[in-house]
Parts: sequence; structure tokens; C-alpha cells
Amino acid sequence: MIKLDHVSRTFQVGDELVHGLDDVTLEIKAGEYVSIMGPSGSGKSTLLNAIGLLDQLDKGHYFLDGKDTTKLSELELANTRREKIGFVFQTFHLIPRLTAAENIALPLTLAGVEHDERNERVNAALKSLSLSDRARHRPDQLSGGQRQRVAIARAVVTKPVVLLADEPTGNLDHASGVEVIDILETLNQQGITLLLVTHDTELGERAQRIIHMMDGKVLP
Amino acid sequence: MHLNDVIQFAFRAMHGARTRTYLTLLAMAIGVASVILLTSLGEGARLYVTQQFSSLGTNLLIVLPGRSETTGGMPPMTGETPRDLTLQDVMSLQRSYHIKEVTPIVVGAAPVSYQQMEREVMITGTTASLFSIRELHMARGQFLPEQEMTRASPVCVLGHTLQKELFGNASPLGKWVRVGGYRCRVIGVLEEEGVGLGMDLSDSVVMHAASAQTLFNINSVFRILVVARSQEVMDKARQDIIDIVRARHEGEDDITVLSQDALLSTFDRILIALTYSLGGIAAVSLLVAGIMIMNVMLVAAAQRTAEIGLLKALGATRRQIILLFLTESACLSMIGALLGLIFGLGANQVLQLYFPDFPFQAPDWALWAAVGIALFTGLLFGLLPARHAASLNPVLALSGR
Repeated sequence: MIKLDHVSRTFQVGDELVHGLDDVTLEIKAGEYVSIMGPSGSGKSTLLNAIGLLDQLDKGHYFLDGKDTTKLSELELANTRREKIGFVFQTFHLIPRLTAAENIALPLTLAGVEHDERNERVNAALKSLSLSDRARHRPDQLSGGQRQRVAIARAVVTKPVVLLADEPTGNLDHASGVEVIDILETLNQQGITLLLVTHDTELGERAQRIIHMMDGKVLP
Repeated sequence: MHLNDVIQFAFRAMHGARTRTYLTLLAMAIGVASVILLTSLGEGARLYVTQQFSSLGTNLLIVLPGRSETTGGMPPMTGETPRDLTLQDVMSLQRSYHIKEVTPIVVGAAPVSYQQMEREVMITGTTASLFSIRELHMARGQFLPEQEMTRASPVCVLGHTLQKELFGNASPLGKWVRVGGYRCRVIGVLEEEGVGLGMDLSDSVVMHAASAQTLFNINSVFRILVVARSQEVMDKARQDIIDIVRARHEGEDDITVLSQDALLSTFDRILIALTYSLGGIAAVSLLVAGIMIMNVMLVAAAQRTAEIGLLKALGATRRQIILLFLTESACLSMIGALLGLIFGLGANQVLQLYFPDFPFQAPDWALWAAVGIALFTGLLFGLLPARHAASLNPVLALSGR
């Protein structure tokens, strides 16, 4: 499903070269539940962004569903992101002027899905995350947990195969955080591949597989 | 992505930043409205001048004594030639088949008095034909009667202003006035009307050409007005005039024939150039509005950096992001242009109410040009911010950097 082959990514910070990813080789199978843990600056988010095709790699190859993504054009990358990958962010990244339903519909709108089908799928997503009564609310009228649920609905409304969650509970209180993790785990049980970046050990240890990172390297 | 979704997205974005949107719309509207207003002023001036000229009558040729060899610019008002035009010349022109009507104009200044009132005015000597040539209207009485051109008769017609000055509200018909050393009976009063080619008849006495010649003790004619049979034979009529007068003047071409069209087209060209330059000046404000749209869209791209990162993460392509931003600037400029159009045309209507004599009318090309330039600048200056937004690195954009 996801296969990283001697992948590196370096950043220039001032005069220094920082290794975001340093010769990482990794394989993740379809339907796995993986948590990526490590201190800040260890390269967790860089790994997630690379898997999400948001970041380019300096060295190595990344195969997604058997396809070498390092050779894809900008347009193909965008299409792959849209079809296969869902993102959940720490800061939700909802568009403040759009309602919950419109935020969820956004990836479908970008994909050019017809109006009726879009509504149907958005309503189904709202229902499955018990947000139906919040459909017409704007993000500033929602609680943190509700906002993250809207963001999750937006991530899964396109039926991606991989769900990437970068500190999804970082801006939430404990109860909402547990609720969000429960939702993500339920989605995983329904078949989605779940990658969760966190530095909360308690949450991280709920995953089937834990990847520890340090200075851009995956610890064995 | 469907077009109506793109437009809806743009409108949501514009609605989300209302102050910015209104100010941009205002700038664009002012630009378009000023193009419309300034070009209507220029076009109005042109129409006004055209109207004034056409009140002179159509198919008109003006014959002046003397020859102007150069072209361009006004011919000399008083010709300098050893051979004056005479009433015999005028009568001989009536022989041409292409000429419908001919009338001489003799002018001079003389004091006109009635009882104790005296006024120095212009005396116009002409014939009955002037009435139809100049399309005059009578307020009272009748115009000069038809009679042989070389015969003088002691009757005259007063201009509107002169009548008021000498007689006030009393009727002057049948009264005798003294014009210079002669006396004549008033048989009519002209209605008030516009000035045509420096001939203001309202403060003037109109009498027969032969009477005026006797009054000023001259044989010459100041100019001759000729009406051709139709627009098509204007050139033939002109040639006939030149040939006939040449034959009478011992083979000398010593007259100048002007057509109204020649004068009119000169003014027309000047005023069209004026309209264009006014339009050009106003177009600068459109350019400024375009730059303002660019500014606003750059700020929007900066404020919405995280949103652009998100769109990229959700699978938006470069083209889609450019499209979203361009649509927004196109909507801004288009709505602004429409508002400007409404405002400009509305202002024209209001001005028309206050200045009914002056035609405020924006030329069609100005409407199209104003809206076209507005859209074009909106898109052109929207392109840079749109490309900037599309080229953002999604990882940095998402983290708001």
C-alpha cells in the first residue's frame, strides 16, 4: 500500500541543513492502524506530508498502491491526493465563511461531483458523524470537537484509502480528543488505512503498530 | 470543478471580506462612470455643434469673394479681390440646373431708430429665399416679399431682440423705422432662434439686398448662399458656380465656395479627438482601479494562505486555484463595471435634466470600451495574485507561513 524506499528530505534552516527525513525505509499495509511518535522536530510531520504527497522528496522512491509517485506531474499529484488521501489537521483548517456542510462538500466540489450526488454524500457523512443538526452552522459556531468532526467528515467524504491525521487531538480537551480518536478508529475498522501523528503516548499506544522517530530516522 | 461552483466560491469570498469588496467595487465603478461621463461630454459637444450647423439648412454652399489658396483653417471672412460679387452674379447662378435656390447677403451696420429710441445694429440685405434657406420662423407678420432682386423697396423685418428693444411689447407691424438715412416700414418680426455661422439675426434688420446696397452705397455682395438640388449634386453645383462666375469675371477664379460639410467635418474631427482624449484620461482611472484589484487580491492571497494550502491538500490543482482567484477578480471588476455603467448613465440623465440644450450622450464605443477595459484590467491584474497563490508550497501554506 505505502512503501518508502530510502527516502530523504532535507531543509535549509539558516546556514544549517536539517534532515527532516533521513534514509527512511518503511512499508505500511492496507487497513493498518499506525501511530507515528517522537519528540517535536523528529520528522513525524515531514513523514506524514511526504506520504500525503504535499512535500517533495530529495532522494529515494515512494510507492503508493504500487505506483512510483516521484515521477508524477503536479496535476497527477493533485488528482492522487484528491482520490486516495484524506487529511485531518491539528488546527482543523475549516474555511470560516463556509458552513459545516459546505466545508465537507469542498473536496467533492473541487472534484466536480454533481450537485445532487454531492448533497447525498455530504448528508451521509454528516449523519455518520452525528453532525446533521450542525450542517448549517459556520465553524465559529461549533465547539472544537465538532469542528474536528467536520474536518474528519471532509477528509473521508471522498472515500480515500489513506487517512492522515496530524495531531488531531492537539487542540482539543481530553474528552473531545478521545471522542475524535474513537471516530478515527471506527473508520479504520471499516477498512481505511490510518496514520496518526501524536506525541501523546497514551493515544499512540492504542495503535496496532507504533513507529518511533528521532532526528528524521525511524527507530527500529 | 463546475463553473457555477467556482462563481459561488468567489462570491462567498467577496462576501467574507465586505469592506474590501465594497471599496474595490467603488474604485471600479468610479473608473467606468468617469469614462462614460467624460466621453458623453465630448460627444455632447460634437452633437451640439452639429445641431447648430444643421440649423443653417442642408445642401448649402457659401460663396465668398476672393480666393483662399491654402486649405485647412477658416477662409478669410472678407475677400480681397478687385472684382466684387454683384447681384448680377447672383442672378446668373440661378441658370444652373443643379442649383435650387440662391440668395445674396449684404451686411453692414447702421443706426436704427423709432421715435426717440435708437440702436446701432447689423443690417442684413437679402431676398425672400433666405426664409426657406435658413429655415426661419416668423413671430409676427411676414417675411420679405418675392420681388425682382435688383429692386429696392422700403420694407424691413426686425429680429426678435431688436423688436423688444425698440417697441417693447407693442406691435411694430406697419410702423416706420429709420435705418441710417432711409425710412422703411416694418412688415414682420422673426422668431427667436440660434446663431448660424456668425449670422445672428435676432439683433438685426433684414431688408431687400438692393435696399441695403442703396443704404450703404455699394454694389457688392458680402456672400452668396446657394442651395443645391440634392446632396448628390453638391459637387456639380459647386463646379457650376465656379464656371459661371469665372465666365462673368473675365476668366479669373476669384471666389471661394465653401460647403457646410467641409466646415462641419473640421469641427467633427476636432471634437472626436477631444472625446477620445477625454476617454483616455478617464481610462487612467480604470487602470488605477485595476491596480487596486491586484493589490486587494494580493492581500486576499496572503490572508488566505492556509486556505490555499488546504485546497491543495484536498486535491485542488494549480489551474483550479488560479481559476478561483481569477474568477474573484473578474467578478469584482465586472460588478464594479456594471455599477459604474448604471451610475454613469444615471448621471447623464440627471445632467440632461439640468442642461436640456446640451445632448449628454455617451458614444456606444465608450460603453463597450469602459466595460471591456474594466474586465481586462481586472483579469490582467488578477493574474499575478492568482499565480502567486497557486505557486504556494502547500506544507508552508498550511502552517500559515
